[in-house]
Amino acid sequence: MENVVLHVNDVVKTFGGLHALSDIDLAVREGETHAIIGPNGAGKSTLLNVCIGRLEPDSGVVVFDGEILTGKKPHEINQLGVARIFQTPEVFLDLTVLENVMVPALAKRDGAFKMNAYWPISREKNLRGEVEALLEDMGLADQANQVASTMSRGDKRRLELAMGLIQKPRLLLLDEPTAGMARHDTNATIDLLKKIKASGMTKVIIEHDMHVVFSLADRISVLARGKIIAQGTPDEIKNDPKVKEAYLGEEQV
Amino acid sequence: MNGNSARGDWLLLIIFAAVVLTAPFTLSYIGAGYPDLLQKFAIFGIFAIGFNILFGLTGYLSFGHAAFLGVGSYASVWMFKLFTMNVIPAVLFSVTIAGIFALMIGFVSLRRSGIYFSIITLAFAQMSYNLAYSVLSPITNGETGLQVRHLAPTDRGPDYVLKLVDEDLRWIDQAFGVVEDGIPITNLFGIKMSGFEGFYFCAVLLIIGFFISIRISRSNFGMMLRAIKSNQNRLNYTGINTRPYLLAAFVISGMYAGLAGSLLAVTDPLAGAERMQWTASGEVVLMTITGGAGTLIGPVLGATIIKYFENIFSAINEGILQNLFSFMPEGLMDIFVAVVGMFVGKGWHLTLGLLFMVIVIFLPGGLMEGVRRIGNLFRRSSKSAAPQPSSQAAE
Repeated sequence: MENVVLHVNDVVKTFGGLHALSDIDLAVREGETHAIIGPNGAGKSTLLNVCIGRLEPDSGVVVFDGEILTGKKPHEINQLGVARIFQTPEVFLDLTVLENVMVPALAKRDGAFKMNAYWPISREKNLRGEVEALLEDMGLADQANQVASTMSRGDKRRLELAMGLIQKPRLLLLDEPTAGMARHDTNATIDLLKKIKASGMTKVIIEHDMHVVFSLADRISVLARGKIIAQGTPDEIKNDPKVKEAYLGEEQV
Repeated sequence: MNGNSARGDWLLLIIFAAVVLTAPFTLSYIGAGYPDLLQKFAIFGIFAIGFNILFGLTGYLSFGHAAFLGVGSYASVWMFKLFTMNVIPAVLFSVTIAGIFALMIGFVSLRRSGIYFSIITLAFAQMSYNLAYSVLSPITNGETGLQVRHLAPTDRGPDYVLKLVDEDLRWIDQAFGVVEDGIPITNLFGIKMSGFEGFYFCAVLLIIGFFISIRISRSNFGMMLRAIKSNQNRLNYTGINTRPYLLAAFVISGMYAGLAGSLLAVTDPLAGAERMQWTASGEVVLMTITGGAGTLIGPVLGATIIKYFENIFSAINEGILQNLFSFMPEGLMDIFVAVVGMFVGKGWHLTLGLLFMVIVIFLPGGLMEGVRRIGNLFRRSSKSAAPQPSSQAAE
């Protein structure tokens, strides 16, 4: 049995009368890329929000590497090594691209709070070198000193990804990393995520695009109406009749 | 780029210091070269710089910063009354007390953001104002205000009731045998802190305060504060606990306000509750926005301009206007005097209001945005007009 890093344990979440998540049980193993798919409104984003502490579940707990995440504050969850990439790029629009990545890099190195109000940020030569190397990898180096609000949407998504990667999180949660991207951008992102995969980082991906899912995922969980209806390798999922009925059938894959 | 920006900051500091220290000469050309007004420029410049560290960097709009100003003034006057007329202990004590006060108010009010934060800070400041006026009279001397007074007689009998708001002790000064003739003036090791000496004392502290604000805005801490303004929610998911950062910024800006309040007492040793009123809190908001929130120089510029208007425009009376328009025929002159008269003298707030509206509508980034736009204009026109001597332009 492989090491389970993230364990979602009987999580229930309702909004009013709507069962967004009912009895979700999910285990993500160390080093794997776990995709969560499902039709619109299946509860995928709700599940991620429960994992990172944005939403409190009605019952059940999320356990990450022996620590209960449920009830912890967002910054505490991040400090444990869980980073999240948002669906709509949430970057610091008034900061430069370099600063956008420096912030999570400092959060990783210095923790949730460190008072360093005298020495200028330009003294952080090592950290800056690390950030610049990552920006180079992501193809954002020439925009490093640009303010993030001037970037294209696709570039913002890549920046968002860089902000997650600089922390070298033990678990990276990606919410539709390629939504709204042009085909060649999507392929570039897939290549990048494959590279990350080779480094052994555990990932959970929510994705609509089956092309992305089947080229990246080691295992897939299918979510429909707040329940996990199937779990398995990409091949198993492809051939699962329940999945075809609930989800793939609609999309004609 | 780093080396350049660091050098740029030092250059900025040197120019700033030069402008501030030569102000008595340069500003005399626009009728503002007298010490009382210059002191106000420096003091409210400090107040606005501190306010900008909170509002300009984090975007949290405090509407109660006058409370710290008032606390600083009271703390200083008490130091004068009880210990010594030397200003150093008074300044240090005021900054400390204002910092502690800010820590308490900030701890509560930073639980909310946006308009709710503003309202909570406003409520705290109004509470402080009303307390100073009534319940805390034994400390604040209520409506009359706290002042430096004569020494209490040394041969106080057992029946003597010492009223500290009306009589002073000045233990340290007395221990050193300082002889007082009448009500003493504040001093810095013997240098009287009134007139230009008072201004230069404030000016040096303004320059130090400006230096600290440069360091803060270039530091890791400053970047986190700007990230809070940009997207606080995202910052939380990035692993940063934003609360202590905000509290630190709040306390630092409260200490700046305390310093400003202390200097008000240094240059004129009395403290009144009206310094804590919400209009005083609003004034520093106007100063910061007028000059340019989030910029380094903007707040000082805004403070100077508003204090200049307050003193110069409010001093213009009907007689001066009649002189000004005396070349006109009498009927026309009366109309002009009546119309312009609404904007000067007691009506100077009208001018200030119009000025503020014009700035906010046309230059949302404050006067500093105007300066930047003019700078860009020059750069563009010099590029297009004279493309050849580029080696000269580079210098």
